Amino acid sequence: MSQGDFRAALLDPDLPVPAGITDPEGRPAPRRFNVYRNNVTVSLTEALRQAFPVVRALVGEDFFTAMARVHLRAHPPRSPLLMLYGEDMPAFLEAFEPVRHLGYLPDVARLELALRRSYHAADADPVRPEALQSLPPERFLASRIAFAPAARLLRSRWPVATIWAANTRGGPQPRAAVAEDVLITRAGYDPEPALLPAGAGPFIAALMNGENLSEALEKAPEFDLTATLGILISGGAITGIS
Amino acid sequence: MSHSMKTLAIASSLAAALTAHFAAPAAAQENEKCFGVSLAGQNDCAAGPGTTCAGTSKVDYQGNAWKMVPAGTCTTMELPDGRMGSLEALDRDLPQG
Repeated sequence: MSQGDFRAALLDPDLPVPAGITDPEGRPAPRRFNVYRNNVTVSLTEALRQAFPVVRALVGEDFFTAMARVHLRAHPPRSPLLMLYGEDMPAFLEAFEPVRHLGYLPDVARLELALRRSYHAADADPVRPEALQSLPPERFLASRIAFAPAARLLRSRWPVATIWAANTRGGPQPRAAVAEDVLITRAGYDPEPALLPAGAGPFIAALMNGENLSEALEKAPEFDLTATLGILISGGAITGIS
Repeated sequence: MSHSMKTLAIASSLAAALTAHFAAPAAAQENEKCFGVSLAGQNDCAAGPGTTCAGTSKVDYQGNAWKMVPAGTCTTMELPDGRMGSLEALDRDLPQG
């Protein structure tokens, strides 16, 4: 029996028990293997349930559990870090026929993934707001911004932040299928998804791309710069100015 | 946008954003982990699968479960039957079995 056979049989209940799985008398032990196979499926299902609580709320518990089973067999973990399992979920949701009519679902999964990656990202000390205060505007304009490892930008053509908030903190339901850009920051222990002002997405994307503030402003003709800087500062997203 | 316009925009926006930031009550950083104060199933720490323990405490005021509370309030908050919150894990109110 190879490791590959063992692994394949774990994820496909139609495959026979791998040869060599035996009980103490040396006979094949299909029931023992089934217990193991069942535990793999159940624990990966549980990992996906915890990873995507909003996707789960949107499609319902029973549907999610059934879908998780299909997903985990098609996309078993590629890394032993179970805390990051689920990176294939957005692409899976885009192609999974029963949810094709829920166009926003893949981006909801992307947001939940980004929140989790932000949670597990390295700590970083943000630039003190006092230091920004003493920076001449000319110099700030020519500066590039270093972002905290926990900062994540998600640009969506769906109201993904509103959907997330409606399903986690009782926020209002989205009223129109408008595009929303979200900046995830982590000022304390928990990541916080902030809805960016309309039009600010290209600005943040340019900054994250290493362009200076002046260049980034060219990418976004009109948006609420004050509110956007406020999100960066209060979220502790700026760790360096150069 | 011309260069001088941008300078003006960035200067006023940064000033306004900083003013708002300093005016807002300090939030996230000023919390502390407090053991033995959360109700069953309402403890914190949402670390995702593989590491999660959020919402897993089994009994009220479980001593080894913690919750984030405003700094300075952990050991002074009022709990039933003379319990006290603690900055370190406690061995009281542990689930049976």
